Amino acid sequence: MDEGKVGLSSRRFMMGDIACVEGAIAAGCRFFAGYPITPATEIAEGMARRLPQVGGVYIQMEDEIGSMAAIIGASYAGVKSMTATSGPGFSLMMENIGLAVMTETPCVVVNVMRGGPSTGQPTMPGQQDVMQARWGSHGDYEIIALAPSSVQEMFDLTVEAFNLSETYRVPVMVLADEIVGHMWERVKIPPTQSIEVVNRKKPTASTKDYAPFKPDDDLVPPMGFFGEGYNFHATGLTHDERGHPQTESAEAQQKLVQRLCDKIRKNSDKILRVEKTTLEDAEVAVVAYGIVARASLSAVVKARAAGIKAGLLRLVTLWPFPDKEVAKVARKVKAVVVPEMNCGQIVREVERAAKETSVFFLSKLGEEPHKPSEILEAIRRTQK
Amino acid sequence: MEELEHPYEKFLRRGRIPHIWCEGCGNGIILSCFAQALNDLNMDLDKVVVVSGIGCIGRVSGYTNTDSYHTTHGRPIAFATGVKLANPELKVVVISGDGDLFAIGGNHFIHAARRNMDLQVICANNFVYGMTGGQHGPTTPLDAWTTTTPYGNIEHTFNLVHLAAACGAVYVARWTALHVRRLTESIKKALQKEGFSFIEVVSPCPELFGRYNRMETGIKMMQWFKEVSEVRHFSDPAKAEITPQKIVVGEFVDIEKPSYSRLLKEMAEKAKTQEQ
Repeated sequence: MDEGKVGLSSRRFMMGDIACVEGAIAAGCRFFAGYPITPATEIAEGMARRLPQVGGVYIQMEDEIGSMAAIIGASYAGVKSMTATSGPGFSLMMENIGLAVMTETPCVVVNVMRGGPSTGQPTMPGQQDVMQARWGSHGDYEIIALAPSSVQEMFDLTVEAFNLSETYRVPVMVLADEIVGHMWERVKIPPTQSIEVVNRKKPTASTKDYAPFKPDDDLVPPMGFFGEGYNFHATGLTHDERGHPQTESAEAQQKLVQRLCDKIRKNSDKILRVEKTTLEDAEVAVVAYGIVARASLSAVVKARAAGIKAGLLRLVTLWPFPDKEVAKVARKVKAVVVPEMNCGQIVREVERAAKETSVFFLSKLGEEPHKPSEILEAIRRTQK
Repeated sequence: MEELEHPYEKFLRRGRIPHIWCEGCGNGIILSCFAQALNDLNMDLDKVVVVSGIGCIGRVSGYTNTDSYHTTHGRPIAFATGVKLANPELKVVVISGDGDLFAIGGNHFIHAARRNMDLQVICANNFVYGMTGGQHGPTTPLDAWTTTTPYGNIEHTFNLVHLAAACGAVYVARWTALHVRRLTESIKKALQKEGFSFIEVVSPCPELFGRYNRMETGIKMMQWFKEVSEVRHFSDPAKAEITPQKIVVGEFVDIEKPSYSRLLKEMAEKAKTQEQ
């Protein structure tokens, strides 16, 4: 596809969903397939407007099942691709997210989370799809998920999502929420040439010898495109390194599925990002992500002002879960507070990693995220 | 001694044959006709992508020596849409079954046809779900016996050529696996057509359809096709019946209409000239 006008280099006041669009364009995304859904619709609208300007393609599919299938197809034809949705659409995408995992397809899935289950509260925020992102498709696998907590991060983490998906040949999810998606903030968009953009590894083998699922030392196979003469096969069935179905070989199943997990697990140190605030001498740590991390930061600052040694561990990467970072923090504090806009999802992971340290969960459902005062109160309670 | 090369050797993936299909199955015939069509048109195999779904015929993508992809159940058309739009130079052919394309994948079929997406869709209609052991599907004839219609099928069927025509396909044909020459010609025509083309191939499944319906061999099913098929070119597809007494075959639609790719290109030209 030809490159057209990409540049939107400046400081701008924009909506989170639109920052996501610009991040995708900057990362080299040139194909979007989607289906309208609140609160992610603005991403589809933005893509419909922007992609034709830069030589890309927008298509509105008949449903989210087809959207996910189409972005996998585009990726196999060599074009960076993305879809965006919210809970109900995310559920429909699960089938082909598994296909993307199995056929090691670089692609990005944005979920602007709203209140669930089912149709739930379409215009209200939530963090209820965090476990679904990790486990929603059948079978055993690993994906990468990032949680933006600002409009700036809707841009930055969308770029990073593409880079990670290209590096590891895996679907990467941007788990935003309705507030981050619809919020307007000032965003600094760097000049295009200064944005680091990663492209998938190309095969070095001849077209005849190319084995599409034969990994390099980093466990990731180089990726040829359809139409380049490799004449290769890919399938959702368990397959060997040439992509040929191996439906009855225990060895093939063991080798493939273990590698699909290991290519993320063994590279997790390179993937993971967390942000630490005043944790050096902290006695109580808040572990939070997404919009809730913003109220948490405010609460930590207020706690410090009140003489409580509090700190914040913000999870930028949710999956793979930053076990080591959480464990390291938990070892040094007396208590951990986990506020989430769900009935308790990431808190289970925190409890697992924190081992002996007490973990306090603070749930919030509905219209508003936690108020800083509510998180501060939870911090205070840990002092008693 | 000189080693003889099979005329379809270059169209098939080395080491993947023999195929998994049963004796008397029509899938091999469809694959042969497809290979013959590619051969006759002297198509560049590096620019052909074969996409299939789940089911017996779904395995066809593993046998063609082209880039190929075996999708989840019902999704080959949606996947193929992404491939075609990302690289319009590719000839993207979907080969799949009646259950895959018209039950679980029905929504993708009707919308790709409506959009006039540049895809060639070939459907092996064997009247049942073969891979799972012969359950009834959207094309199982009324009163037919299958493992899930032990008292006879009470569901009305989809008429696939009528459906395709109604949804806007620019080329629609139906043949049986007996009509190899005409089927090959139709595939060639479809491959050269701009937009969404659809070919239904009524295909024998003696193991899982025939056996339950007094046609327990491939020959007996072929005899049925031979005895009752009637060529009715450009007749009303709504009346193109498939019954024990009659199978209407032929070309039903061959029209010109701007394809999605063409309209997309025109729209992109407009978009590029406009301010951001």
